[in-house]
Amino acid sequence: MKNKFELLFTTLGLLSLIGGMFFGVIASLQFVYPGFLESIPFYKTRPLHVSLIVAWIFLSSIGGIYYYLPNYNNIKLHSRFLGILHFSIFLFTGILILICYFLGEFGGREYWEFPPILAIPIFVSWIIFGWNYFKTAFKTASNWPVYMWMWATGIFFFLFTFSEAYLWLLPQFKGNVIKELTLQWKAYGALVGSWNMLVYGTAIFLMEKIKKNSHIGRSKIAFLMYFLGLINLMFGWAHHIYNVPTAMWIRYLAYLVSMSELIILAKIIYNWKKSLTESVKDFNILPYKFLVASDIWILLNLILALLLSVPAINMYTHGTHITVAHAMGSTIGINTMILLASCLFLIDKITKIEYTSSEIKTIKYGYTFLNIFLLIFWVSLIIAGTIKGQDVINNQLSFQEIMTKINPILIVFSISGIGVFLSILAITIYPIKKSLIFLFNK
Amino acid sequence: MSRKTKQIIFFALLSQFLIYSLFVYKSIPINNVGTLSVNSQKGKLIFQKYNCIACHQLYGLGGYMGPDLTNVMNTKGKGKDYVRAFITSGTAKMPNFHIPQEEIELLVSYLEDVSKSGVSPTVDFDINKDGTVTINK
Repeated sequence: MKNKFELLFTTLGLLSLIGGMFFGVIASLQFVYPGFLESIPFYKTRPLHVSLIVAWIFLSSIGGIYYYLPNYNNIKLHSRFLGILHFSIFLFTGILILICYFLGEFGGREYWEFPPILAIPIFVSWIIFGWNYFKTAFKTASNWPVYMWMWATGIFFFLFTFSEAYLWLLPQFKGNVIKELTLQWKAYGALVGSWNMLVYGTAIFLMEKIKKNSHIGRSKIAFLMYFLGLINLMFGWAHHIYNVPTAMWIRYLAYLVSMSELIILAKIIYNWKKSLTESVKDFNILPYKFLVASDIWILLNLILALLLSVPAINMYTHGTHITVAHAMGSTIGINTMILLASCLFLIDKITKIEYTSSEIKTIKYGYTFLNIFLLIFWVSLIIAGTIKGQDVINNQLSFQEIMTKINPILIVFSISGIGVFLSILAITIYPIKKSLIFLFNK
Repeated sequence: MSRKTKQIIFFALLSQFLIYSLFVYKSIPINNVGTLSVNSQKGKLIFQKYNCIACHQLYGLGGYMGPDLTNVMNTKGKGKDYVRAFITSGTAKMPNFHIPQEEIELLVSYLEDVSKSGVSPTVDFDINKDGTVTINK
């Protein structure tokens, strides 16, 4: 096997995406048809789905960073051995986590549902990644482009928020449910912000390289947007806990900070026409197509996020499927689109194997259907959430009555979920094949 | 934007974030609301052991398969026996986990303390002009 651990990260990431989507489909079918596939019940399929998708985001963004950082700065990576060690720890811990889920051994926390002991190798692997990243990055010119700042920020805040997410193990935190919930969602809000830094940094990097315009990553506006994103990562998390009886100032500060995203929204709309004209020009480039799609999904999800951050609206949407729409819309529409662009770009660069015309056709069909099914999926969750929010607050119906009412919409959600899964299969199957041929061909 | 300016902004934000985090840690809980007894803390670990959060919510946070359990103990028509019956028998959507009686009692204790900590979902509130809400007691 060739010593290309960057490609191993990316390929394993794509396989995790397929696995995560597969368990997502099973979980959604179990949601509407209780009793479906009883041998792997919902309380196992949900964490399998979530953890594999989180693994996809990390593996593919890390693989990209390991490749882009040295190769596009004409420097050597600080240590390839540490990179391989990082991959080995990720793989080994990942297998242990999956075994725990299948055996029903849980830590029982959202996102990190594995036993807490497995957090140790994950933490160590990120220290290794951070060490390798900074030792390599400091060899480059001192005036880093914005994406290098974003990757550095993502690594630093992952370590911070991952540690914060385990404060519940300490006696000072575990004795109070309000304190614990508040800290848990403070950590998770920033954690999502940290992986967004890795992913959005990758998007800016790709845009710069595809457009061959190094100004994109060095402009003043790019840095202003980065700092605005950083402020939101740090202080904008509390819309998750508006209805938890915690200090009022925490909620109102988050509300204020979240509204600063209106500036990002205004910028997107202002640039819309210009970027649309440019996108038509380069739309035949495969990775670029995915970046354009992610732009549209950013706009849709940003509008939704802004609405959810208004406390008066949040009272109706919190704990409903609208929150799921936002999570799925961001994870698939934004993160996955960008990371698929990165995987296609990276696999092309490393393997230098061309796709056949029928393979390109399949990927393009997958792309079109992914966006169509994702839109149906997203809208159905918003409709289900709107009905649930109204029925909880205004009509005060019971949980069972509400679920019966929204079940037909959830069936649409499940079917479109199958469509999303098949579309992702169509997009990823040939890049995976290319990677495996390259890795295992002597 | 010079490198120095970027570094100053970054470290200014980072230091504010660290101070802010300490304030958050210190400012909760208010009036000890949400304090868990020793048994409830053990019950919370049981709640995690069976991954209850995959299907249920506390304060609207968690899964969507089953109902929010924040006030399952102090809602009219529900309560301890209701919870025990569900856990022991399971339903069409919820498997019978065959949880030992001792663990069921710890779970009940945990959910009792959660119920005392607040209300979810909040249905009685007034909307203010700035988009904030005033929750009626």
